[in-house]
Amino acid sequence: MPVGILTPGFRGRGRSGDGDLPPGQYLTRDFPVLSAGPTPRVDRDEWRFEVETEAGARRAWAWTDLSALPPEEVTVDLHCVTRWSKLGTTWTGVSLDTLLADVESSADFALVRSYGGYTTNLPVADLLDGQAWLAFEYEGDDLDPEHGGPVRLLVPHLYLWKSAKWVSGITLTDQEEPGFWESVGYHNYGDPWREQRYWDE
Amino acid sequence: MNRRVGTVTAVRAETRTARTLVLDVPGWPGHLAGQHVDLRLTAEDGYSATRSYSIASASDGTRVEVTVERVPDGEVSPYLTEQIQIGTPLELRGPLGGWFVWRPEQPEPVQLVGGGSGLVPLMAMLRTRARRGAPAPFRLLCSARDPGSLLYADELRRLTSTVDGAAPRLTVAWTRTAPDGEQRPPGRVDAALVSAATWPADLEPTCYACGPTGFVETVADLLVAAGHDPARIRTERFGPTGGARR
Repeated sequence: MPVGILTPGFRGRGRSGDGDLPPGQYLTRDFPVLSAGPTPRVDRDEWRFEVETEAGARRAWAWTDLSALPPEEVTVDLHCVTRWSKLGTTWTGVSLDTLLADVESSADFALVRSYGGYTTNLPVADLLDGQAWLAFEYEGDDLDPEHGGPVRLLVPHLYLWKSAKWVSGITLTDQEEPGFWESVGYHNYGDPWREQRYWDE
Repeated sequence: MNRRVGTVTAVRAETRTARTLVLDVPGWPGHLAGQHVDLRLTAEDGYSATRSYSIASASDGTRVEVTVERVPDGEVSPYLTEQIQIGTPLELRGPLGGWFVWRPEQPEPVQLVGGGSGLVPLMAMLRTRARRGAPAPFRLLCSARDPGSLLYADELRRLTSTVDGAAPRLTVAWTRTAPDGEQRPPGRVDAALVSAATWPADLEPTCYACGPTGFVETVADLLVAAGHDPARIRTERFGPTGGARR
C-alpha cells in the first residue's frame, strides 16, 4: 500500500504489537457482531448440515452425528473486514477434513450456506488440511446465536465473513459462484494478509 | 482502486459529541444512500489508521458528509471530532457497500430504525428521498438517550413534519430523558412501540436497522416477531454489545 498523505496533528496510538496484525486492522478485546439481517434462532435438535457434491450426491449430519465425531480445540486469530482483529480465540469444533473425508468429489469450489439464507464462497482447498472447522463452542461455552450458534463455519485464515454463522451446508461446484457479500463488492477470496477486502484489490 | 483525497471544507457540531465533516472529494462518482467510506489517517512517522464511516449526505457532486461520534477511548474519533481543521486533506476509499443501501427507484415502503449514531446512514436515505422527490413512503423509528443527543434534530423535524401527508413519520424512543410533552415515558424500543410506530408487516416494507449490536439485535428480533420476513430486514451493527463506532 502506498504511503498515505499526512494527516496534520494526527498521532494515533496503535503501534505496539502491530506485527501480529494484518495490514489495516486494529486490535479489539471485545467480540463485535456483524450480520446482514436478523439473527436466526436454530435449535441443536433441528440443526442439520448437508454437503452436496458436483455430481448431486448428498450427505447430511444432524447434531448427534456431529457431536459423535472427534472434536478439536483450536486457538486462532480472527480478522474482520470491518478492520477489527481479535487474537487468541479458542474454539471447539469438528475439522472439515473429518467431515469431508468420505465425500466423493473433485470440485474446486465451495458455496457455504446458512440458516437465514446467507452464503459465502471459497476454494475447497481452503476448507481442508486443518484450516476449517464446524465450530460449536467458543471459549468453552456453547456458541451464542449472535456469534453463529448452534454451529458456524470457522475459516480463520480468511476474513471472518467467510466463517459463515448458522451454517447449514456446503455445495461443492466446479465453477465458482459468488456468495452474499462477494456479490456486493467484497473480495472473492478475502486474505487479510494481502488485504483483499473489496473487488478491486 | 477507488482511493481519493478529500478536503475538509466545514465542520458542524451535531451534538455535544458528534461532528459532521463536510468533505470536497474531487472525482467523487456519487454514492447510494447507506454506503460508507473508509477514512485513512497517517501520522508523521508513517503510522496509519483506517476507520469506516457511514455517509450522511445525499449524493451531491463532489460533496460528501460523514458524521463522527466521539468514542471516549477511541483512537481516531477524538481527532476527527476535536482536532481536525478546515482545509485538512483526508485520504479515503469509497463509496463502499452494496447491501445496506436504499435506491430512490425502490417502490415499497421503507422502515428505518436507528439507534444513536446508527441514524447516520438512515439520514442519507431520508435526505436522498427528499432530494430526489421519491414517492416511497418512509417511517423512521429512532432511539436517543435524551433530546441533546439526537442527531440532526432540527432537520429531522423539517423532513418529517411538512403539511404534505406523504412526509416520513418520525417516532423517537427516548431512553433516559424525554422532552417536555412527550407521552411515552423514557425507555428502550419495545414490542408496543414497534407495533405503534412502524409499518405493519403486511405492507411488506424493506426495513433498515442500524446501531449498536445490542440495539440492532433487539430491534431485528422485534420486527421478525411482528411478522416481517427476515429477508426484508437489512441490518448494520457496530461495536460490541452496547458499544460504539470508533
